[in-house]
Amino acid sequence: MAKRIDVSGLNAYYGSFLAVEDISMTVEPRSVTAFIGPSGCGKSTFLRTLNRMHEVTPGGRVEGKVLLDDENLYGAGIDPVAVRREVGMVFQRPNPFPTMSVYDNVAAGLKLNGSYKKSELDDIVEKSLRGANLWNEVKDRLAKPGSGLSGGQQQRLCIARAIAVEPDVLLMDEPCSALDPISTLAIEDLIGELKERFTIVIVTHNMQQAARVSDRTAFFNLAAVGKPGKLIELDDTERIFSNPSVQATEDYISGRFG
Amino acid sequence: MDISVKNDTAPPTPLPAPARRGSSARGATRPGDRIFLALSRGSGIFLLVLMAAIAVFLSLRAASAIGKDEANFFTTFEWNPTGDPPAFGIAVLAFGTVVSSVIALAIAVPVSVGIALFLTHYAPRRLRGPIAYVIDLLAAVPSIVYGLWGALVLVPHLGGLYAWLDDYLGWTGVFEWNGGAPRALFTVGILLAIMILPIITNVSREIFRQVPRTHEEAALALGATRWEVVRMAVLPYGRSGVISASMLGLGRALGETMAVAMVLSPTFDIEASLLDPGGGTFAQNIASKFNEATTDGRDALIASGLVLFVITLLVNGTARLIIERRKEFSGANA
Repeated sequence: MAKRIDVSGLNAYYGSFLAVEDISMTVEPRSVTAFIGPSGCGKSTFLRTLNRMHEVTPGGRVEGKVLLDDENLYGAGIDPVAVRREVGMVFQRPNPFPTMSVYDNVAAGLKLNGSYKKSELDDIVEKSLRGANLWNEVKDRLAKPGSGLSGGQQQRLCIARAIAVEPDVLLMDEPCSALDPISTLAIEDLIGELKERFTIVIVTHNMQQAARVSDRTAFFNLAAVGKPGKLIELDDTERIFSNPSVQATEDYISGRFG
Repeated sequence: MDISVKNDTAPPTPLPAPARRGSSARGATRPGDRIFLALSRGSGIFLLVLMAAIAVFLSLRAASAIGKDEANFFTTFEWNPTGDPPAFGIAVLAFGTVVSSVIALAIAVPVSVGIALFLTHYAPRRLRGPIAYVIDLLAAVPSIVYGLWGALVLVPHLGGLYAWLDDYLGWTGVFEWNGGAPRALFTVGILLAIMILPIITNVSREIFRQVPRTHEEAALALGATRWEVVRMAVLPYGRSGVISASMLGLGRALGETMAVAMVLSPTFDIEASLLDPGGGTFAQNIASKFNEATTDGRDALIASGLVLFVITLLVNGTARLIIERRKEFSGANA
């Protein structure tokens, strides 16, 4: 439950191209950390190194250390599949399994991890859907396909699916960018509730969103197109948006570039 | 006054018609559109007329043959349309056709799906092209060549497999082997499986390639292994496509003629064992009897062809039903 992430000296490559260079940071448990920065600065790539999803991209490669409490995710003998069971992820576009019902979507991760009794599954599915603020909307249509829900409901279904396996960390890659403002608000409220139980890292292009939901904000930037992305600064969200210590951060959040 | 009356009754001068191209909103009045519409509509109607003509031809000749048949057309184990009295029935042919095709599907579908999954999800990128090319080549080999290969290579080498099946599964009766030449329905099934493998593989591969990356990533992010990704995201998404592919293959297996004729020792009996020579299929029976048949004999063969036609329609209809029933979950609305 809710572990600390400690990254040191992390480089991420696509083939021979260095996409993210020398990142070190600490993410506290039971907090929300937002990653902001211009397109192509490597924030999504970096996010995907935190659950070893980066390496499923052809040519994807990572150097450095990511400690989850005391366990190095990139240590020898660590199975990426086991890492992904501890670090859940929600994607930019809602991606419930279209061939599964609402219920089966939530139970999908549990069925991978082991066998449960029907009653146990029922309980976890309900708890997860309640946790994702979706239960009241779908309790009468659990057997219907997940793809029949609205976009915002689908995204909350994906969150329910991710939290059903009780991960230590929840990664969110621009979870609201495909949603309307009302659905976005629902997800933002949800993030505020989920941080009581999980360590949350969220990538967002929307700076107001970062300001609204996060405790800490990390600003990423790249020197030029084709150059690797770097972490410029990580600080309390309030400080980043009022009095950042680096000029580039101030330029970005005040809209002078990016 | 006089003038005004005249003006009132005078026909209004028609306005000059505006020079417009394709004045109708339907857009079908331009010569090009009209010709194209006629051509495409004609092609559609032609297809229906052709199907109807085939059905009528088959039905008429079949009706005349069945009218002369003294035995029960559906249950008789005999083919003697010129005898006195004429007696022939399709029981053996229907059994042989369906059984050999089902064996072919049972072998070909798992192998094809396996190849398709390997090509789309497991094989190193540089191997994918060459393997796909070899499979396309397999599809281009004429069926007579498969028949030759089956008769000269497959049949002499199946003895070992049949002895093994007899040892372990002989007790079922279905896999009992008396040691005769393996020119049996099971051999036909194996050969047909190889023949329908390419089409099922190619269609399945196309389907698996279209599985959205986001679905696979969803499974991966839940901590799925490669096989679990395939099971959670790829196979369910490709299910209806694999069924369609199998039906295409089944259609080919049901109608295959020369290759079957070359590896089967036809008899008009139903053998309890699939490994013992004997039996026959519709297409094989027509091909081997047509040349020497009299008019009545040909009508009898045409009657059997009509039955094959109906079986094929039923198979396709069933496949559509299966696909239709699961439409809600097909992923088409994702």
